[in-house]
Amino acid sequence: MLLVSQLINGLQLGSIYALVALGYTMVYGIIKLLNFAHGEIIMVGGYIALFSLTLGNFHPVVAALLTVAGCTLLAVILEKLTYAPLRFAPRLSLLITAIGISILLQNVAQFFFDAAPRSFPASELFPVGTVMLGNVSVAYTSLVTIVLSIVSMISLTILVQRTKLGKAMRAVSEDTEAAQLMGVNVNNVITFTFAVGAALAGIGALLFVARFPQVTPTMGAMLGLKAFVAAVLGGIGSIPGAMVGGYAVGLIEVLAVYVGLSRWTDGLVFLVLIIVLLVRPTGIMGRKLMEKV
Amino acid sequence: MKKRTLKVFSLVLVLVMALGLLASCANDDNSDVNEITIGILAPLTGGAAYFGESVRNGLMLYIDEFNARGGLQINPILRDEEGNMTIAVTMYNYLVDQNVTAIIGSVTSDPTRAIVPLAFEDNMPMITASATHAGVTVHPDTGQVFTNMFRSCFIDPFQGTKMADFAFEELGARTAAVLYSNEIAYSIGLMEAFIHRAETLGLEIVHIERHADHAVDFVGQLTNIAAHNPDVLFVPGYNYHVALIGPQSVTAGLTDTVLLGADGWAGSLERMEHDPSSIEGSFFMTGFTHESTEQHVLDFISRFEAEYGIPPNMFAAQAYDAAMILIAAIERTLAATDYEPDSEAFRLALIDQMSATDIQGVTGRITFDEFNNPQKTAFIIHIVDGVERFWGTF
Repeated sequence: MLLVSQLINGLQLGSIYALVALGYTMVYGIIKLLNFAHGEIIMVGGYIALFSLTLGNFHPVVAALLTVAGCTLLAVILEKLTYAPLRFAPRLSLLITAIGISILLQNVAQFFFDAAPRSFPASELFPVGTVMLGNVSVAYTSLVTIVLSIVSMISLTILVQRTKLGKAMRAVSEDTEAAQLMGVNVNNVITFTFAVGAALAGIGALLFVARFPQVTPTMGAMLGLKAFVAAVLGGIGSIPGAMVGGYAVGLIEVLAVYVGLSRWTDGLVFLVLIIVLLVRPTGIMGRKLMEKV
Repeated sequence: MKKRTLKVFSLVLVLVMALGLLASCANDDNSDVNEITIGILAPLTGGAAYFGESVRNGLMLYIDEFNARGGLQINPILRDEEGNMTIAVTMYNYLVDQNVTAIIGSVTSDPTRAIVPLAFEDNMPMITASATHAGVTVHPDTGQVFTNMFRSCFIDPFQGTKMADFAFEELGARTAAVLYSNEIAYSIGLMEAFIHRAETLGLEIVHIERHADHAVDFVGQLTNIAAHNPDVLFVPGYNYHVALIGPQSVTAGLTDTVLLGADGWAGSLERMEHDPSSIEGSFFMTGFTHESTEQHVLDFISRFEAEYGIPPNMFAAQAYDAAMILIAAIERTLAATDYEPDSEAFRLALIDQMSATDIQGVTGRITFDEFNNPQKTAFIIHIVDGVERFWGTF
């Protein structure tokens, strides 16, 4: 019974990681960029949610929509301002830019909102309390998180596999130049990919503050890193891989606590990553690398 | 022409030096020392900033009131150590370079313990308002007493022991769990004392869990604890842990267990302004209460509120007392000796004067024992209807 509740905890945590990992993996899939500013999008999302609930006094649904919209808008602006001009620059320049933006956003947030953690009114966003499933009590937030993340992932899969835009995304990911020759507007597709990743990060931000009701300028850093690990573990570039990786990281963390290694959770996550990469360098669901001759 | 200028210059120099000699002759009883520079170390940014700001407010209130009386002026140099041991050492060295006479600081136990051995070597008189770890004034391995280091707060073993007594005697608890951080000296100190005392009392410790200092996820640990359904859960952390552990204890289904804490809990309600319901019914220990009947304490509270617009918390009150202890000792040292205030001899004399402290502070009457720890009363706070209620002394 304890194991079951811990597994549900792990699924909740894993859902959040999976949502954030999707943003990493989609952007990497399409322009081979490790977008290290992704964690900071979540942080900004946290503050948008906080201020729309406390200062704006908006209805929780409005606040949630504002958060997702704000994250999307920020990612699009960042992409247009900083990544788009570097489209043909070496990949390393893009990576350094991403790290720079990450540090910039953290410091801007620290400047405006100061470094102290702010309490988040989680009970206004999601109902507080537990529901009995059999003889296991499950918090509403756990249920909402797991369901919401599964719905998001199904929608994303439909978007990528069934729509014209999804087809264009897959084409750009496969071969950017060939896609361009076939009439795909590569710039728009890349911007759209960033937007989708950020929207998922916005949902992730809401679910994160629902479970950990406080907002700080550095809250995105560790979450981003864990989600990045999840993406690499699942096979970076692969959408199902990000989901599998996210759930894997969440479950590893919680099971570590279950067996009494609560202080070693982070270490265990990275240990598993190292082992997986030694055995399968492309991750659990990653495609085999083909050497181009 | 050039030679003559030099001659005149030399003559002037000699005159100035002679005057200086006269001045120092008149300096015999130190009565004309009109300014003393002291250093203050506190975390003003980062997770412990709440404590740092409270301590600064308490210190500055006393220093401003003292300076307003005229006569000796205290010139404080305030440095932010960000709750970080490395930065604390850097800032300590900076203050030493500024020739400070004494230092008030730091606020939490770890940065303070990083400085104490250096300050002991330098014979730098120090007092902390809030670093409660036993090792702040006594080396934990060698038993060496850091004679230069004083404090106006009570110590970790005392708090852990008291809370175990309280749980057993007042709440009738027979089973207890502990959730502590093995990265924080304060938390470890309280945990050890609590468990040690619990064994003596027959209070069964059913489960112990650890967490990282900056952890945000406690659900796993709390779910493990909930499986044992203990009567009480002792959480010897800081308010930023409580703000996360409280709501997550509900998520983990830990609803019948009473949460217990120590002075690190002060400010938890401010941290949980949107929904404090999850720590309703909890108890914690503190060194200061607003529900005093003594006039000088009530006066302090109203002066503090007039200055900062908020009531003083325990840290501010203990800081006010720390400043009072130090400045009173400085005054006694100035009256008794003729050493220069930035000399080592003065600092040694000041340390002696500090150990002879016997004052009535806003947190009670303070004298120091042989380990430079004050003997004080503990106050128990009960969280009822989302506000702190004074439960009683214990």
